[in-house]
Amino acid sequence: MLETIWFALWGVLWAVYFMLDGFDLGLGTLRPFLARNQDESRVVLNAMGPFWDGNEVWLLTAGGVTFAAFPGTYAVMFSSLYTPLMLLLFALILRGISFEFRGKEDAAWWRKTWDACMWIGSFLPALLLGVAFANIFAGIPIDGEGVFHGNLFTLLNPYGLLGGVLFVLLFTVHGALWLAIKSEGQLRDRAGAAAKILWGPLLIIAVTFLAMTRYTTRLWQNVLAKPVLLVLPLLAVAGLVLTRVFAGKGSWWKAWFASSATIVGATLFGVAGLYPALLPSSLAPAFSKTAFNSASTPLTLKIMLGVALVMVPVVIVYQAWVYRRFSDPVTAEELAGDHAY
Amino acid sequence: MNVLTLSRLQFAVATYFHFLFVPLTLGLSIVVAILETMYVRSGDVDYKRAAQFWGKLFLINFAIGIVTGITLEFQFGTNWSRYSAFVGDIFGALLAIEATVAFFLESTFVAVWFFGWNKLSPKAHAVTIWLVAIASNVSAFWILVANAWMQHPVGFVVRNGRAELTDFFAIITQRFALLEFVHTVGSAYILSGFFVVGISAWHLLRKHEVAFFKKSFRLGIAFALVFSLFEILQGHMNAELLGAAQPTKLAAMESHWETGRAVPLNLIQWPDTANERNSVQTLPVPKLLSLLATYDPNAEVKGLRDFPKQDRPPVLPSFLSFRIMVGLGFVFVALTAWAWFKRDSIEHSPVFLKVLVWSIPLPYIAIQTGWTLAEVGRQPWIVYGLMRTSDAVSPLAVSQVAVSALAFILVYGLLGIADFYLLFKYARKGPAPVAA
Ligand code: HDD
Ligand code: HEM
Ligand code: HEM
Repeated sequence: MLETIWFALWGVLWAVYFMLDGFDLGLGTLRPFLARNQDESRVVLNAMGPFWDGNEVWLLTAGGVTFAAFPGTYAVMFSSLYTPLMLLLFALILRGISFEFRGKEDAAWWRKTWDACMWIGSFLPALLLGVAFANIFAGIPIDGEGVFHGNLFTLLNPYGLLGGVLFVLLFTVHGALWLAIKSEGQLRDRAGAAAKILWGPLLIIAVTFLAMTRYTTRLWQNVLAKPVLLVLPLLAVAGLVLTRVFAGKGSWWKAWFASSATIVGATLFGVAGLYPALLPSSLAPAFSKTAFNSASTPLTLKIMLGVALVMVPVVIVYQAWVYRRFSDPVTAEELAGDHAY
Repeated sequence: MNVLTLSRLQFAVATYFHFLFVPLTLGLSIVVAILETMYVRSGDVDYKRAAQFWGKLFLINFAIGIVTGITLEFQFGTNWSRYSAFVGDIFGALLAIEATVAFFLESTFVAVWFFGWNKLSPKAHAVTIWLVAIASNVSAFWILVANAWMQHPVGFVVRNGRAELTDFFAIITQRFALLEFVHTVGSAYILSGFFVVGISAWHLLRKHEVAFFKKSFRLGIAFALVFSLFEILQGHMNAELLGAAQPTKLAAMESHWETGRAVPLNLIQWPDTANERNSVQTLPVPKLLSLLATYDPNAEVKGLRDFPKQDRPPVLPSFLSFRIMVGLGFVFVALTAWAWFKRDSIEHSPVFLKVLVWSIPLPYIAIQTGWTLAEVGRQPWIVYGLMRTSDAVSPLAVSQVAVSALAFILVYGLLGIADFYLLFKYARKGPAPVAA
């Protein structure tokens, strides 16, 4: 029971991370294409400014909870995915530093360098997270000792790559919608248009991915075995449709929430389809790391549950407060002052 | 080089680098919070300018602290997977608690502080920097509890091939954890005090904003003096605890080979590891080592020769780092006490001001040597007495770790240069002019 609760929480943490940092990663990827001048470039940065750091902590917590609740999985997953994970970490380092450093020096080469770092640090994590999760859905070649029999290229199979493209598209649409909320005038029009244009390819890739999931993974079988879980893929599909509907009407907040529902629904569908495995082995089912064979002791799970039940709602309350407080579009006046990136 | 050596190298680079920035975060956040509170209470805009000036340096430093922490969090899984599987029940929980209790607060509110100067009331704004300061120090508590458990594991049994939690309370209240926390946090406040004092001294030397920098100087010197005194008195408690908890570390840091009673402390000595003795050894203070290790001048202190060779830590680094740390500790007391006496007319002592500017690196050195002692002195154990470092490493290919270790060195090297460049630049620039 405790294991199952933690499995669900584990999925929720990833889903929230993708929903929140997803728009940062997407927006960072789109920035060079949407912003036509220095001022617009800074509007995009400051549209993420008050949030990206708090958003990133959801990733830390998802990682930390994997360690705390399922140490057996944490050990095998992170050492098996060594190279992609290192690339992810370095990319996130570059992104975080770019925010802080970019505006601290006037030379053009300095800004260009950090702009490039920001782009890599946004695009690469989106891609890698997609590749990693698609591979987790499909299972990776780990043996009974938790040793990984493959390399980076094992992960770059068609299904994995499709997962990467899917994440990039999900996040860029999500990020474009966020920019439409946080900007005005031409930039907002361009952001809204980008969301609508990218929605087409997103739909195609999403459908292809779901179809391939049927043949490459066991997710559908698992979900169909418990039909109530079908609400998760339905949530994702409904969210995707509504994203386009609301974007068409220019209701950016609603479109952003619909896009959030897509991301959360899709992540939870994948996680529910994995249950009870967190990391399936493609060599033999017995080698899979599951919520039961890799969990911590009940005592630890209980203590952690106490901490999570108290702290996570508190975090949600204060982060929601910050989102409300900083939800107005970025103004020229703010950019002129000393308290903006 | 094998996977073990490379992983150790990589971990050492990543933690040393992280800890180059952490202490300033811990202390400067409090300094900024105090300055901003003074502004809210007195309405004196000089305090606001001070909060913003030191706050800018704080943020430049904070940025690197954050991004380098993330790699550490994941490195236990990537490079030390056997360790992670063995201790996750305890160690993983502590790390996860740190993230939920502290990292969210710190990362969320540091942004509110930066972007919120014109959006929040002055009081609410001051609260946000206090939240950042508290959260940073709380995060230090949890990570140090985790580290203390590796130094001195308690509250567990070994069952099912791993360490399983039996007593959470014992883990977070054990003496090792509390001492490690106060010692580390104290060292961070010393460093932050010297940082504020040194930069203020640089401006005072140039007669730049004298009134402004004298205020900062006073605050910095109070910080540094109090905690330098505290650190020396408190450091002895750590040494005494090692006598009981980690006798191999104690023997190595004193380069003490021969078990004996009423052991003296040699003011000057040099270890000769190959021959298991000291090549130089003079100026003994009678019975001092026994006294320091146990509070009893005649007590027995075990020497390195009485431990099997495979259980001894590297002697020279342990010994040297301890000597450097303690030596610097006394230098700090002397410097800060003198500066405290001269605080009212400090702008008239150019030579001493120069000394203070050049003292900024010293606490950095003391802190890094302190960690070297704690971590290298713990070897060959990753969890003292329970698991060896060599049994902890992940089953990886040499090429993978070689490439990543090299990437760490290169990327961190460049980031470090850029960060220190910006710190210098903005430290020299001084506070913004008084707004019209
Ligand atoms: C005594 C204090 C201390 C020590 C020993 C460490 N850290 Fe640290 N860490 C902090 C004190 C700190 C901090 C003060 O809270 C930081 C540093 C700079 C900062 O900006 O926050 C931080 C940031 C920080 C972050 C980013 C948090 C965020 O995004 O808000 C992570 C994930 C870690 N650390 C993880 C680690 C790990 C896994 C360590 C062990 C090897 C470690 N730290 C050693
Ligand atoms: C921030 C200050 C710290 C510094 C400068 C530091 C430094 C080091 C160094 C130099 C080593 C290598 C020792 C050797 O191999 O001889 C090491 C090892 C290690 N440290 Fe730390 N450490 C710090 C904090 C921590 C903390 C807080 C933890 C855990 C909570 C930790 C966990 C480890 C682990 C798991 C190893 C094993 C790898 C190894 O032995 O090489 N360290 N550390
Ligand atoms: C002058 C008297 C001092 C004594 C007797 C002393 C003693 C010790 C001892 C015995 C340790 C090892 C503890 C362990 O392995 O867990 C230690 C660690 C450490 N010391 Fe000191 N110390 C002194 C001053 C300082 C100063 C002035 C600084 C820095 C400004 C400092 C920074 C550190 C740090 C960062 C550590 C590693 C963290 C820890 O283990 O607590 N120490 N010290």
